[in-house]
Amino acid sequence: MTVGAGPQAVIPPKPVRPPSGLAVAGISLRAWRRFWLVLGIVVALTLPLFAGSFTTFQLTQAAIYAIAILGLNLLTGFNGQFSLGHSAFYAIGAYTAAIMMDQWEIAYYWTLPAAGLICLVVGFLFGLPALRLEGLYLALATFALAVATPQILKFSPLEEWTGGVQGIFILKPDAPPGLPLDQDQWLYYFTLAVTAVLFVCARSLVRSRTGRAIMAIRDNPIAARSMGINTALYKSLTFGVSALYPGVAGALGAIVVQFVAPDSFTFLLAVTFLVGLVIGGVGSIPGSLAGGLFVLFLPNLAEQISKGLAWGVYGVILILLIYVMPSGTAGLVRLVTIRLAKPSG
Amino acid sequence: MDAYTILQQAISGVATGGIYASVALAVVMIYRAIDHFNFAQGEMAMFSTYIAWSLMHAGLPYWWAFILTLAISFLGGVLIERVIFRPIHDAPVLSHVVVFIGLLAIFNSAAGFIWDYTIKPFPSPFASGGLFGSTLISLHKAGMIAVTLVVLGLVYAFFRFTEVGLAMRAAAQNPESARLVGVRVEWMTALGWGMAAAIGAVAGMMIAHDVYLEPNMMIGVLLYGFAGAIVGGVDSPGGAVFGGFLVGIIENLVGLVPFVGSELKLTVALVLIVGVLMVRPSGIFGTRVVRRV
Repeated sequence: MTVGAGPQAVIPPKPVRPPSGLAVAGISLRAWRRFWLVLGIVVALTLPLFAGSFTTFQLTQAAIYAIAILGLNLLTGFNGQFSLGHSAFYAIGAYTAAIMMDQWEIAYYWTLPAAGLICLVVGFLFGLPALRLEGLYLALATFALAVATPQILKFSPLEEWTGGVQGIFILKPDAPPGLPLDQDQWLYYFTLAVTAVLFVCARSLVRSRTGRAIMAIRDNPIAARSMGINTALYKSLTFGVSALYPGVAGALGAIVVQFVAPDSFTFLLAVTFLVGLVIGGVGSIPGSLAGGLFVLFLPNLAEQISKGLAWGVYGVILILLIYVMPSGTAGLVRLVTIRLAKPSG
Repeated sequence: MDAYTILQQAISGVATGGIYASVALAVVMIYRAIDHFNFAQGEMAMFSTYIAWSLMHAGLPYWWAFILTLAISFLGGVLIERVIFRPIHDAPVLSHVVVFIGLLAIFNSAAGFIWDYTIKPFPSPFASGGLFGSTLISLHKAGMIAVTLVVLGLVYAFFRFTEVGLAMRAAAQNPESARLVGVRVEWMTALGWGMAAAIGAVAGMMIAHDVYLEPNMMIGVLLYGFAGAIVGGVDSPGGAVFGGFLVGIIENLVGLVPFVGSELKLTVALVLIVGVLMVRPSGIFGTRVVRRV
């Protein structure tokens, strides 16, 4: 037996917030935060009016990735558990939506709560046995889930539902009558609204009593347990909630792409979420949004630099980003704020 | 299903298990040296194998190319540690994981760019045909298992009986204390990278004969290698080799079960692995970690 940090070392360091009572250029940090928030909302609302339909579609995708990354962030950033299997929950969400729309002709908006609920239950049930595992071992168990998912979706006895290798095609919903929006624009605003609700929920969760319990488990599980926190329950619950997010994202993704197939939900998708999480900022809720934008636009950028070596360029950019901002976009913003800030008054 | 079929599948599982075992061994080596899992391990091994292929095409005989590739891979591993990982060694673990993913993409893309994506046959140093004329296992697979076991023996002896091996173990387990007693921790880590790259190169060159040489040849193998390493216990080289063989055998035997077939083979194998972990959360031969409160 050895005494040491062991697999627990996977837990990311605690994010540091700049102290309050500081100001940049004479304006308090609180006001700055509000300013950026309002600016962000205005840009997000007006962008599709200028951008083409493909850009709008891409932005919708980025928002969907951001939701899934936020789910992973709740688990990893706030609870210190590690997952390489969130692509599985995304797949469950996507197939729930596709099957409901294709087989039972249920309206697209009803599929989101259903997908979220199913993933919450599946995630909670998966979280129960995963309690025994920590760090790398949990990574392997979730990884097994990610690898197994496409195989189960292709499994022939389920073909009647899943459509086997061919997958399922679904129809793109129209904007409600009376709104001067095309299908892409409508889906963008719909996704944006869902994203906003889910982000606000995550923020409230993290700041609540439950959120403090979740974070206490991350910082010191033994101390948390001795303070009366039911660590097993909270860890499984966090797993469930963190599965709900990619579940809803998957349902949205299926509606936007109009198609689901087993090979869209491989282990690579889980890696994409992980990259977004780290580049955006582990343990930062707005960081997940940055992560969603990064994972969508980075591969395109790489391809523009070099077609033959696109993945190589992608790898180089990833490594350079980690050099510049080892704790992600959120960490960089924090650092810049602290550099610029002076005590106010 | 008769006993012979089961025996044949089990032995064939041992043979594929040999592949996983050699990859698992490389994974564990680097884990002991740097305390992280190297997701780019497979692509590094693939790149080494391409170097060996080029050397052989330049006219070198197999074993000379083999030794030269080991040397090049060792230097490459040391270089990667010094150039890429030294500057960020204080960054959070997850940032390291992303750098590994970046490396993976770079190696994969570079290999496709330099040697193109067509599948290339790779020679085996062993004669063709079955071992002792039997149909159960080919000479190549038997030779591969032998090579894996020899490498394991060498690694074990290195860590157990040499001073550098002891220093490396100390540097990985407790860097601060190791530094205080005069171990050059930075160079020990670089050495670990070099050794892991060389072991990976051995695995790559042995596997390439069976799976053929192409930029994506290692991805599937690496997954099983990881699984083997974790089932065996991430900090135990012997456990990793055992885990690799176990995964190979389970994978083959599960394919025999009716209803499961080859469609769900991977899924069931992984479920069994997770099942093992439920009973032994640190792997079969892994060290249980006790935390100080």
